[in-house]
Amino acid sequence: MKLKLPNPGLEDRILSHADLEKLEKEEVGDRPKWDNKTQYLLTCVGFCVGLGNVWRFPYLCQSHGGGAFMIPFLILLVLEGVPLLFLEFAIGQRLRSGSLGVWRSIHPCLAGVGIASMMVSFLVGMYYNTIIAWVMWYFFNSFQEPLPWSQCPLNENMTGVVSECARSSSVDYFWYRETLNTSADIEDSGGLQWWIVLSLICAWGVLYVCVIRGIETTGKAVYVTSTLPYVVLTIFLIRGLTLKGSTSGIIYLFTPQLEELTNPQTWLDAGAQVFYSFSLAFGGLISFSSYNPIHNNCELDAVIISLVNGFTSVYAAIVVYSIIGFRATASFDACLDGNILALLNAFELPEGSINESNYEEALNRLNGTSSSVIQGLDLDTCDIQTFLSQGVEGTGLAFIVFTEAITKMPVSPLWSILFFIMLFCLGLSTMFGSIEGTVVPLQDLGIFPKRWPKEALTGVVCLVSFGIALIFAQGSGNYWLALFDSFAGSVPLLIIAFCEMMAISYVYGIDRFNKDIEFMIGHKPNFFWQAMWRVISPLVVFVIFVFYLVTKATSELTYIIWDPESEGFPNQEKAFYPPWMYVIIFILSGVPALVIPCVAVYKAIRIYCCGTEDNAYDKKSISTVSGHVPMSEIRT
Amino acid sequence: MFPLLLLLCLPPALAAVDCVNEYRNGYQVRLSIKTALGDQAYDWNESELFLFRATIAFAMRKFTKTEAYEVSNIVVCNQTPRVSFWFIVTSPENPAQAISKNIVEQAVRESRNRINNAFLLTDKSLEFLGIPPTLAAPINPDTPPWLIVFGVVIGAVCAGIVALLIMSFVKRRRGKKAKEVPEEEDQAKGTDKAVTGETFEDRNGVYNLGFADDDRFTQL
Repeated sequence: MKLKLPNPGLEDRILSHADLEKLEKEEVGDRPKWDNKTQYLLTCVGFCVGLGNVWRFPYLCQSHGGGAFMIPFLILLVLEGVPLLFLEFAIGQRLRSGSLGVWRSIHPCLAGVGIASMMVSFLVGMYYNTIIAWVMWYFFNSFQEPLPWSQCPLNENMTGVVSECARSSSVDYFWYRETLNTSADIEDSGGLQWWIVLSLICAWGVLYVCVIRGIETTGKAVYVTSTLPYVVLTIFLIRGLTLKGSTSGIIYLFTPQLEELTNPQTWLDAGAQVFYSFSLAFGGLISFSSYNPIHNNCELDAVIISLVNGFTSVYAAIVVYSIIGFRATASFDACLDGNILALLNAFELPEGSINESNYEEALNRLNGTSSSVIQGLDLDTCDIQTFLSQGVEGTGLAFIVFTEAITKMPVSPLWSILFFIMLFCLGLSTMFGSIEGTVVPLQDLGIFPKRWPKEALTGVVCLVSFGIALIFAQGSGNYWLALFDSFAGSVPLLIIAFCEMMAISYVYGIDRFNKDIEFMIGHKPNFFWQAMWRVISPLVVFVIFVFYLVTKATSELTYIIWDPESEGFPNQEKAFYPPWMYVIIFILSGVPALVIPCVAVYKAIRIYCCGTEDNAYDKKSISTVSGHVPMSEIRT
Repeated sequence: MFPLLLLLCLPPALAAVDCVNEYRNGYQVRLSIKTALGDQAYDWNESELFLFRATIAFAMRKFTKTEAYEVSNIVVCNQTPRVSFWFIVTSPENPAQAISKNIVEQAVRESRNRINNAFLLTDKSLEFLGIPPTLAAPINPDTPPWLIVFGVVIGAVCAGIVALLIMSFVKRRRGKKAKEVPEEEDQAKGTDKAVTGETFEDRNGVYNLGFADDDRFTQL
C-alpha cells in the first residue's frame, strides 16, 4: 500500500483521461499550442541552458578537482535533475495548466507552491534581465576599434592614465567605473546611471517583443536564441584552440584530483549546480509542457534535455578554459618579458641574450654575482599555475577575464560582438521561461481582468519588472544584484522543488501519476523513476537545502566591494551588510518560502469554515490562458 | 671592443667635452630594436649612431629656431651592448659648454615623433630616460559609437512592438466582424487546428477575443 494523503474532490478538479482524449481528438480549446515539437524542445533547452552553464559550471569544475567533478555532477544529474524534470513535464502535460493551476488542481491548499514559483520567477527575472542589460551595454560598445576596455583613459592633464585604472587594470576600470560606476558600499546609492537605464530599456524592450503573445512569439524567437549560442561556442572553440596556451587551460580544467571527491562541498556544489542549471521549480517548464499534445513522450524529452544541458555545460567549459589558458599564457609571457627587460636594462646586456628558455639559469647566474642588484629590481614571480587558477565565475568571468582575453586576439571587435551576442541569446531564452512562469500564474490568479489581451498582460509584467529593476541601475546596483542572486534564487527554489515532489508522490498519489503517464506515453514509469520521485530525489534536495541553510546561517553576511579609496585596492574588500538589509533578505528568501504554509493554512481554514471550495475549480473549467471553455458549463 | 668604444667617446677635432663629468646635463637613451622590430631589426652601428646624433641636432634646431646646431654638437658616450648610451648637447658657440637639460628635454619632446619614426621605433622602444613620453590624445568622436548601435537596436524593437500590436489589433477587428456572421463560421475552417467552439451545442460560450488563439479566423 503506497502512502497517500486523503485528497477528496481531486477527480472534480482535473480532467479525466476520457475528457483529455476528447480534447485532443476534437482539437478544441483555445489553449496555445506549439507549432511543432522542435519549438518546444528548443524553448526548454533555451530555458535550461543559460548563463550559468558558461560561467558557473567551468569555475566549479576547475575548483573542485577538474575531471573528477564530472563524477558527482553526473551522478546528481541522474539522481536529481532528470527525475525532477520528468516530473514537471509530466504533470504539466497531464493537467494542462501553468504552475499555479497545476498545484491548485491537485489540492487547493497547495496553491501556495504555485504562488511561490511565481514570486521566484518574478524576482529572478528582474535581476537576470539586468545582467542581459549589461551584456547589451558591452555589445553596444564592441563596435569600435580599439575596444574601450583595452586602454586606460588619460587623466585631466594628459600626463598619465587615470589613477584608479593604473592601479587595477583597463578591463576592471571599464567594468567597475565606466559601466557600473559602482559606489563604495550598498548604502550609497550613487544615483541612476543613465546609460544603464537605456540598456535596461533596451533589454526589456527586446524581451517584450519576444514574449508579447506568449509562446506564439517565443516559439519563433527560440529558433535563433537557442541555436546561436552553439554556433558561437563552436566558433570560439576553433578560435581558442588555435591560440597559444589554450591547451594548457583545457588540461588544467580536466586534470582530475580525485581527493576532491571526499570533500562534501564538492557534492553540494554539484547538486546545487544541477538543480539551478535545470531551472526547476520556476514553473516555466510546467507551463511549457502544458501546451504539448496529450500523448507527447515527456519521458524522452526529459532525458534529451538533461543530456543536452549536461553536454552544453561541458562544451562551454572547454571553450571557456581554452580562452582562459590563452589569457594565462599571455599574462605569464608578459610577466616574464617584464622581468627579462628589467634584467637586461640593469645589467646592460644585449637584447636576446636572455629569453624564456634560459631565464632561470641567467637569473641564478646574475644572482650569484650581484644579488643586491637583483633584490633592488623587485622581480615578479611568474607562475603559470597562479594565472590559470585565477578562476573567476559569474560576471567577473564574462566582463573582466574574457574581455581581457578578447583584447589580446586579433580583430577583437568581431570576437567581442560574437561573445556578447552569445551571452545575450543564452540569457534571453532563460528569460522566456521566467516570464512564462510569472505571467501564467498571474492570469490563473485572476488578478488581471479577463478582457485584457495577452499583449497587455506581458506588457504590464515587463513594465513593472523594469520599474523595480531600476534599483540595479544605481551606483550600488551591482551589490543589490549580488544580494538578489544569493537569496532570491536559492533557498525558495529548493523548498518549492521539495514540495512539488511530496505533492505529486503523496497528495496526488503516485499510483494515479503512474496511470497518467501510462495513458500519456504508453507505458508505466519503471522502478527507477518511482524510487527517485518518492524517496531519493526529495532526500537529495532536502540535504542540499539543509546544508545550504546551515552554510548561509553560520557565515557572516558580507559582500564584496570595489572601493578605490581602500588600502588593499585593487583587491576587493569584504564589507558587512547594514542591519536593515536583513529585512530585504527576509523578503527575498523568506516570503516566497513562507507563502506555501500560509496559503495552505488560509485555504484549509476557508474549506473547513465555509464548507465548500471555490466553484472555480470545477473540473470543466480548465485554467488556461484562454477563456473559452468548450464544455457545457462555463465558469468565470 | 672596449677601447674602440672609449675612442668613440672623444669628439673629433674640437675641444673635448669630458662626457663623464658632464653626465648631469646628459640624458641616457635606451633602444630595444630587436623587441620592437623582431625579424626586421637592423644592427646598431656607427651609421645608426650618426643618424641619432643628426636627429637630435635637428630637434635642437627646430626648438631653438636657429640653424646653429651641427652633428658635432651632439656628444655620445658610454655605449653598451644593450644599445644604450648617454648623450650631451653642446652649445654651438662654445663647445666646452653643455646646453641645459631643460632645453634638451623640451626639444626632444617637441620632435619626439620625428625621432621615433627615423628609427621605426616608439616611445617605449626608444626610451629617453627621464623624459616622459607625450601621450596621444584619445579620439573623441562626437557621438559615442555605442549610442549609435543602441539607437539602431531600440528602433528595431519599437518597430517590432508596433508591428505586432497592430497585427493583433487587426486580427481582433476581423474577429469581431466574423462573429457577426455566424453561419459562415461552421463552413469556414481555418488552416489552423483550433476549431471554433461553435461546432458544439452551446452558444453560451464566452468568447474571449483578447486571447492569442484567434487564428481560427485567419481564413478571412
